[in-house]
Amino acid sequence: MTEGTGEIVTFDNVGLRYGTEPEVLRDLCFTLYPGLFYFLTGASGAGKTSLLKLLYLAQRPSRGAIRMFGKDTITLPREQLPAFRRKLGVVFQDFRLVEHLSAFDNVALPLRVAGVREADLGKPVADMLEWVGLAQRMDAVPATMSGGEQQRVAIARAVIGRPDLLIADEPTGNVDPEMALKLLQLFERLNRLGTTVIVATHDIHLLRQVPDSLIMRLQKGQLLDPTGALRFAPRPVVRTAQRGKEA
Amino acid sequence: MSRAPLIDRSLVRDLVPFKGRRVARLVPRHPASGPMPWVIAIMIALTVMAAAAGLALGNLADRARTDLSGALTVQIVEANAETRAALADRAAGILAADSAVASLRVIPHDELVEMLAPWIGASDEAGEAVPIPALIDVQLSEVADVAEVARLNALLLNEIPQARMDAQSDWLRPVYDALASLQYLAMALITLLAFTSAGAVWLAARSSFNNHRKTVEIVHLLGGTDPQIAWVFQRSLTIDAVLGGLIGLVLGVLAVGLIGNQFAAIDSGMVEGGNLRELDWLILAAIPLAGVLLAMLTARITVMSALKRML
Repeated sequence: MTEGTGEIVTFDNVGLRYGTEPEVLRDLCFTLYPGLFYFLTGASGAGKTSLLKLLYLAQRPSRGAIRMFGKDTITLPREQLPAFRRKLGVVFQDFRLVEHLSAFDNVALPLRVAGVREADLGKPVADMLEWVGLAQRMDAVPATMSGGEQQRVAIARAVIGRPDLLIADEPTGNVDPEMALKLLQLFERLNRLGTTVIVATHDIHLLRQVPDSLIMRLQKGQLLDPTGALRFAPRPVVRTAQRGKEA
Repeated sequence: MSRAPLIDRSLVRDLVPFKGRRVARLVPRHPASGPMPWVIAIMIALTVMAAAAGLALGNLADRARTDLSGALTVQIVEANAETRAALADRAAGILAADSAVASLRVIPHDELVEMLAPWIGASDEAGEAVPIPALIDVQLSEVADVAEVARLNALLLNEIPQARMDAQSDWLRPVYDALASLQYLAMALITLLAFTSAGAVWLAARSSFNNHRKTVEIVHLLGGTDPQIAWVFQRSLTIDAVLGGLIGLVLGVLAVGLIGNQFAAIDSGMVEGGNLRELDWLILAAIPLAGVLLAMLTARITVMSALKRML
């Protein structure tokens, strides 16, 4: 597994509230390191999706500081956010596919946004769709696809650009166990290539599929282990040293 | 299980604008199916007509000014016809000797009677019964300014106290003022139409933006920049504007041609002065272009300002 030395993300005393409602996230302090695989677990309403929103820069925190890729994202000018977002791959819980675009065009979208030439993106997109089992559905629009198919398109779109940080919100919620395993293997492969992966899930079986992963448990907006992510399985010495940094 | 396909990382790290038909499909459009091209067509047609009217009025005023700028009329007001004719000849002699006068013509009495026939009747008796002043049409070599007219007037009055001299342009000053007012009206109309067109584009851009807000959010979260997203909307509205502009130009030019033909049938020298010149037609042809630029700019500003309110 490829591991870097710097932090990808650091949350420092972060809180989030919507309007005048009570805080949905409180006092979050944690660090995500390059090349690690994280699971974010917690019951429904624990704040997993809100935390992920902060990670994929769809929301600013109400308080605290967030550093991503070495920059303070709170004070970052709006114009610089796209460059950060292009380092992220996001699998949304509600897929967020562009309804009138085909599966191919949806998966190609991050590449087009990033300026990849049409001639260069055809094969990678087709390969990716074939890999997630949608080779025959390239021209289908989301409305004609099942929930599982849409989810696979969303995952293909998230990973096609080989992001530095992959954020997935319940990515296997709508697929059968075999496909869930396959998708998880895709995430693992990305992870081995250096992408930090954070997957929000409440599926305990999923956690066991990635023995090297770290688990962040969220309850009522707070991390249960505020000193850092818990280890799920024994890991190499290098990992242990890195884990020590998470405070 | 086969290896997961992952594309080369170097492919996706440039912040460049995204273009092309496939990207433009983010905001789907169906040519001419919406009201926008027709709204723009009507605006452009009205602008072309208003501009044509303004230009024609300008030409009319210019032509009249040019024709009359060096023209003077001398009247000899004398009851006795023989004395009047003699004084007219003498006045013509005095004026012809002056270097400022390029040409002159004593209007024959018969011609005057014919001109006045609608008011005094066409019979010979009418011409004899009403004493008609003798008229001399004078053309100066330069513009008949106030000082020059005053000098010639004094020269003439010295010799012929019955003479009265007027610059012809003075008589048409109220007409010039009316033409200028109509030109201002045309300009005001064009400005209002431009504002209305910009307003229509603003509404269309906002409506389109709100309809595709979800798509915009997705593209934003995938790293799309504001200018990239604005370009997609701008392109869609620009196509509407080009379509509407062309239709509007055709409609406007047809209307102008039709009205021009109606006026041409009047067969009057003054109306002829209002004909559109080549440059005027070029200006009219440039109106849709200006409309398209206005639509592009309005769409961009509208979408960019809406995007600024998003994270």
